[in-house]
Amino acid sequence: MRTIPLLALAALLGACAAPEPWVKPYERERLADPIMQLSGAATADKHREHVRVVREGARGATGVQGGGCGCN
Amino acid sequence: MVATSLSRLLARLAALLGGVFALGPAGAITLPENRAEALAHAYDGDGVRATGPALLIRKSIADKVSLSGSYYVDMVSNASIDVVTTASPFKETRRAYTVGADYVERDTLISVSGESSTEPDYKARSLSVDVAQEVFGGMSTVSLGFTRGSDDVGQKLVGYFDTATHWQYRLGLTQVLTPRWLATANLEVVADEGYLGSPYRVARVFGAAVPERNPRTRTSRALKLGGVGSLDEKSAVYGSWRYFWDTWAVRAHTLEAGYRRYVREGWLADGSLRVVNQDAALFYSDNATAETRYITRNRQLASYSSIGVGAKLSAPLGKWAGSYAVTAHGGFERVMYRWRDFTDLRSGGRYRFDATVLQLYLTATY
Repeated sequence: MRTIPLLALAALLGACAAPEPWVKPYERERLADPIMQLSGAATADKHREHVRVVREGARGATGVQGGGCGCN
Repeated sequence: MVATSLSRLLARLAALLGGVFALGPAGAITLPENRAEALAHAYDGDGVRATGPALLIRKSIADKVSLSGSYYVDMVSNASIDVVTTASPFKETRRAYTVGADYVERDTLISVSGESSTEPDYKARSLSVDVAQEVFGGMSTVSLGFTRGSDDVGQKLVGYFDTATHWQYRLGLTQVLTPRWLATANLEVVADEGYLGSPYRVARVFGAAVPERNPRTRTSRALKLGGVGSLDEKSAVYGSWRYFWDTWAVRAHTLEAGYRRYVREGWLADGSLRVVNQDAALFYSDNATAETRYITRNRQLASYSSIGVGAKLSAPLGKWAGSYAVTAHGGFERVMYRWRDFTDLRSGGRYRFDATVLQLYLTATY
């Protein structure tokens, strides 16, 4: 009877094991291609973000840092 | 001596942060590559024309530190609806300078930058610190960032009369999902305090023009979830959703989606769509029918929808002077703004306009 809780505990602890990285470095070649880039040229990103920030109420979480201005 | 002490301090900080975040074997976070950019930009819409150049130079030193500097100019000719219905069209120039340093230690990238922006009636200065750390065998990159901004607010014929301070806190995660897919999550909280309006803008109360009255504090949050996936060796798709909400009761959803494809050797084409839907701030009114403590008729805080359609093309120009790999880029975006509760006082109808954004630039890596 005691073995059942022990087995259940072992199964529970097994489920808690930290996951291993499942995409190895040698499998990431395609992710490094310029076509997968999340952002473009810094100056172009900054200009696009500035155009939006001065016309929209929403802001932030874009990954682009913008300085303040009085243009709104 | 000072440089050595700073280097040691940064190394200790990096090691400390590495200890906090390290969950797997070493990855391969690297310094940004040596790079130069020269951009010519233009915006045309709503009676506003803004053009100018922007330049950036980035160079690494001893494979540990990358220094960067940039210069950005906005030459604005403004005859927007706000201006032509309350004042006279004007021209002005804004100049912004940015300097930055990035330092890499093992799997940690620490970035520090400062920016100064000046226009005739507004000065803004900011200092940013960002830390990015690769964890989980290089499959995850966690980033933390902070910016403090300090502005002087002025008015023509009056001079500088008030200030505004901004605190920005950023948290980000980039996650490798599969050998072909990446996911991103970003959260940014911005707290503002001070003069947060425009001394030139007026609100309408019972049809009469009155100076707008904004709260002196605002806190906003933005959460953005996105992803990019490779369809095959020549094409990829990307998309994101951002939800924004703040203490002024502004709510906004932003959806973006795009498709990239190599159209020939090294030539990259990109098409994208961006849709925004925003609800108005609590104290926004097109024409208030009651006296309230706060009142604004700022279009940025009104209810509107916009659709933007964009296209970009990049073409390699080969090696210049032996070691500079130069690429030419062109970007075009057409944005259609439609307001639901902002009246065009000239026509009596709901306000709307279409804008064009153009970018032409060269980048060089070396």
